[in-house]
Amino acid sequence: MKVLLDEGVDTIFGFPGGAVLDIYNELVKTDIKHILVRHEQGAVHAADGYARASGKVGVCLVTSGPGATNTVTGIASAYMDSIPIVVFTGQVNRNLIGNDAFQEVDIVGITRPCTKHNYLVKNIEDLARTIKEAFYIARSGRPGPVLIDLPKDMMRLSTEYKPIKEVKLRAYNPTYEPNMKQLARVISLIRKSRQPLVFTGGGVVLSGASKELTQFARKIQAPVTSTLMGLGSFPASDPLWLGMIGMHGTYCSNMSSSECDLLIGVGVRFDDRVTGKTSTFASKAKIVHIDIDPTSISKNIPVDTPIVGDCKVTLERLIKLLEDEPEKDIRGHRKPWLDQVKNWKATKPLSYVQKDIIKPQFVIEKIFELTKGNAIITTEVGQNQMWAAQYYQFDRPNTFITSGGLGCMGFGFPAAIGAQVACPDKIVVDIAGDGSIQMNIQEMATAVQYKLPVKIAILNNRYLGMVRQWQELFYDRCYACTEMDHAPDFVKLAEAFGAVGLRAAKPEEVVPVIKKALSVNKPVIMDFMVEREEGVYPMVPAGADITEMLLV
Amino acid sequence: MNSNDNNQKHILSLLVDNEPGVLTRITGLFSGRGFNIESLSVAETTEPNISRVTIVTNGDMNILEQIKKQLNKLINVVKVLDFKGTPFVQRELALIKVRAKPEHRAEILRMVDIFRSRVVDVGAEYYTMELTGDEDKIAAFLELLKPMGIKEIAKTGSIALAREKK
Repeated sequence: MKVLLDEGVDTIFGFPGGAVLDIYNELVKTDIKHILVRHEQGAVHAADGYARASGKVGVCLVTSGPGATNTVTGIASAYMDSIPIVVFTGQVNRNLIGNDAFQEVDIVGITRPCTKHNYLVKNIEDLARTIKEAFYIARSGRPGPVLIDLPKDMMRLSTEYKPIKEVKLRAYNPTYEPNMKQLARVISLIRKSRQPLVFTGGGVVLSGASKELTQFARKIQAPVTSTLMGLGSFPASDPLWLGMIGMHGTYCSNMSSSECDLLIGVGVRFDDRVTGKTSTFASKAKIVHIDIDPTSISKNIPVDTPIVGDCKVTLERLIKLLEDEPEKDIRGHRKPWLDQVKNWKATKPLSYVQKDIIKPQFVIEKIFELTKGNAIITTEVGQNQMWAAQYYQFDRPNTFITSGGLGCMGFGFPAAIGAQVACPDKIVVDIAGDGSIQMNIQEMATAVQYKLPVKIAILNNRYLGMVRQWQELFYDRCYACTEMDHAPDFVKLAEAFGAVGLRAAKPEEVVPVIKKALSVNKPVIMDFMVEREEGVYPMVPAGADITEMLLV
Repeated sequence: MNSNDNNQKHILSLLVDNEPGVLTRITGLFSGRGFNIESLSVAETTEPNISRVTIVTNGDMNILEQIKKQLNKLINVVKVLDFKGTPFVQRELALIKVRAKPEHRAEILRMVDIFRSRVVDVGAEYYTMELTGDEDKIAAFLELLKPMGIKEIAKTGSIALAREKK
């Protein structure tokens, strides 16, 4: 417990059980706040949302067996998105391990491939050092989830606590400082380039490098595009901003990536949802890739100038090297390219037409306007996620929280709870679909219990919309099992939990519903009955070149 | 990249923490990411908390690069050595049980002599030999013994060390 306090832990998301009774017994004697979730998956997503909104390490505590297995999806999501969380699981008594004891499961074995590292602690003397290491590993380098499995009988023992100052691991030494020779190469590429493009990702958010990225892009006058995870790392209100890239990226982002002569990827991993067909991705460009994780570099796309280093440190160094570069020259060189980009932006902007039935995009735009862009937005997964990414304009990092890599439905609501705990004064809105929200709706009880005024906006099309969209486009409109004919009445459901339920069935009801939701200091479900077969566009079919966009 | 580069054999030598579960982390990484393990051998080093794992794998240079990076990323892997391009010694050990008919015994012993093998067990009908060497030497020995009737064999994976400067 002392170690946890030393690590600055103020909140734990958890669910008690037999194997962790002793820990709980001690936990209540400390100042650490415990949020009792209703399902362990919710605890991990909440810790994830907490970590992303606060920049700190999120912490969960669950029991052995089913408690532990219920965390796996959340851990896998945090692993894919490199989110620093530490998960404590109970384990059966040491002499029973391997005996198929009641509520026993080999959680260290199960989570080995989806944690950054994990531990089974067998000696109480090792506990403090292990916890210290776990937090260090979780937050340093490329962050990620770490799991610690704690046998019940060991947790009944006590030992003298000697504070540990510093963690040193022989085999783990992330590279923060970039290679200066490589940086010099980048500078010369920037000087030669006429059509550069900066491509930002989640690594920029994680390393707190948004300020530096913005400064860098403005200095070299390069337009900026971003992955889903990188949204907010460059202000969407800046004229250099192009919008998201990839499968549902903007026309101008995808065209720019294809036409640029220099692509500077910062904290990205060239995921298949970004690149489309890898052989033609940015084929005219020299590619510079800055990332703290060497395995990300040249994994999917061959890179010309790899730089292993922390995004923030690397960008600081680059800005310093560019200090004396005359601004006027740069602006002069860039004009034709920026004009071209502007032209793409103007000819094919994101668009929709609002008629008699509510358009989901309209809902997001109104939420953006009415929260003045100051809300923390979490999303579920599917169309709701893509519309949120396209139509909410993010100016700041740590304000867009989504399950990017794993694409985990049911993520948004518990993540919103975690974000609200981390930022009690902020408006937190979960953009949801009617399918996703049903995956972790039980956490409404948590939100109500802890008076967390999270707002849920359900874009209710009574379909599993994204899957339906694929069926429409690639499976001859055979909507196999994607119609959600039966769903609860979300307004009544909210009320049953002790929250507020609101519904908008017509376009003119959208604004009043959002206003009402924002005015009450309680959890709210807003049920927007939207156009049923609206699709997310542009869309690049999986595996196609990313300029082959379906624009509708 | 030329075509014979595509499926080359590589010997990787890892120094790892001698802890439970480390081997599973390594083999799990190979299976989870679709890499190949041709052979594997593990034993302690002179440092009691460090083990050496020798892995023979195959793939093109990109795959090998990923394998090395991914292994380095594991918290328990202290060092990854790739012997490509550096001189090294490599050995395997095989135990071979061969039918030893009276009329074949002299021939078997002659081969044992030529290959610097040793007979380690003599039964009424079978001889068991041990042989160390690289893969090719062991394969050649087995090929020559085949006509006499090999009952069973046990073989280790490769182990390797870099050569010192002369």
